[in-house]
Amino acid sequence: MLLRVEDIHKQYGKDKVLCGVSFTMNKGETKVIIGPSGTGKSTLLRCINRLTPADQGRVWLDDEELTHTRTNINKIRAEIGFVFQSFNLFAHLTALGNVRIGPMKVKRMNKKDATTLAMEELERVGLSDKAGAYPAELSGGQQQRVSIARALAMFPKLILFDEPTSALDPELIGEVLEVMVSLAKEGMTMLVVTHEMGFARAVADEIIFMENGVIVEQGPPKQMFTNAKHQRTGEFLNKISELYGETG
Amino acid sequence: MSFEWEWFPKLAEGLPLTLQITFSCIAIGIVLGVLLALGRVYGPRFLRGICIVYIQFFRGTPLLVQLFIVYNGLPNLGITLTALQSGILALGLNTAAYQAEYFRGAIQAVRGGQMLAARSLGMSLPQAIRYAILPQAFRLVLPAWSNEFILMLKYSSIVFTVTLLDLMGKAKRLSARDSRSFEVFLVAALFYLVLVFVATMLLRLLENRVRIPGLGAPSQHR
Repeated sequence: MLLRVEDIHKQYGKDKVLCGVSFTMNKGETKVIIGPSGTGKSTLLRCINRLTPADQGRVWLDDEELTHTRTNINKIRAEIGFVFQSFNLFAHLTALGNVRIGPMKVKRMNKKDATTLAMEELERVGLSDKAGAYPAELSGGQQQRVSIARALAMFPKLILFDEPTSALDPELIGEVLEVMVSLAKEGMTMLVVTHEMGFARAVADEIIFMENGVIVEQGPPKQMFTNAKHQRTGEFLNKISELYGETG
Repeated sequence: MSFEWEWFPKLAEGLPLTLQITFSCIAIGIVLGVLLALGRVYGPRFLRGICIVYIQFFRGTPLLVQLFIVYNGLPNLGITLTALQSGILALGLNTAAYQAEYFRGAIQAVRGGQMLAARSLGMSLPQAIRYAILPQAFRLVLPAWSNEFILMLKYSSIVFTVTLLDLMGKAKRLSARDSRSFEVFLVAALFYLVLVFVATMLLRLLENRVRIPGLGAPSQHR
């Protein structure tokens, strides 16, 4: 088991965002988290790598408890990629600079090796020709692909995707999903918050449906789409599929 | 109104001191100003408090009073500095407070996601500040910081009050000797004008040199 999340609680003021979320992931799995907005999906992702500290609950990566206060969280974060909805590329660095800064500064790799590695990762997302471009000179889709390359360059055990295509123009979503699909097929372990049901259907091993801070239901896409146990799951999947142009 | 050519080389003798004081106090101001800004933004509560008190004190009292406290006051506590040391220290401590506020504004203007991205890669807080936040903050702060540099170039003239013979000190001495205050100080003003002009040009050059697409305000000079 690669990732174990146990009974995560998180509250902002009086607002209970997560009320006891537990699940596990095996190496090489892709899981997709869906659910209405404000359900705590993004908060859950951030609690996993402690960008947001959970109030209660524990998380293990490869049997190391990363919610333990003694754990060196920086070391563990280096093993967990994070792809943001708003890309968050470093604005002062080129695409190449963005991808190699992690290996150089966190892993202390020398500049030459880090550059070679970064170019390989940019090639992998189809952007080696944009290595010298600054984020502001790239389209949203290109920025998101660079940010995936930035995560990949750290050789993560797991990548967390927080609505990676939600900030993109419709015509740019495809190029990002394409990269994510090929990663999933290469055996990368991925936990993805998204509304892209086509993606979920194509590569997810499991869909997790969350509402009001709890997991309502989880299961393989086929079962979830055709034979959901809970009425809410079915309703939500239908609505999302309609909205995003995916039908049965 | 009549001018003496002899004034120009005489005043120019004060230039090195003016430049030395300006650059020294600016250097103190950058280092201390960045530390104060970081303390205010990222520090624990008590450190934030100390930084705020420091900044308020130096922005809330006249520079001349601060200079006299250092030069005339400190000896009462057994700390005696030379006139030059006093001038550089007082101006440096003063500009640090102003620069701290500019740096703080720039640090806070860097988008929040940048810190998250840095931390998610496994960078420690100091690493994130150094590699993600400060390089952007320095670019954002340049226009405001350039103004501060030029202000210090001019404010350095107050060190004549502690007997230093900078540009202003030399002018004061010449005007006393030749009894032609109007003309002498007019020439001194010309010297400052040229200094400020050159500094402005160089700072613009620097701004254009480090500009990165999409970062900071569009060029305000054309």
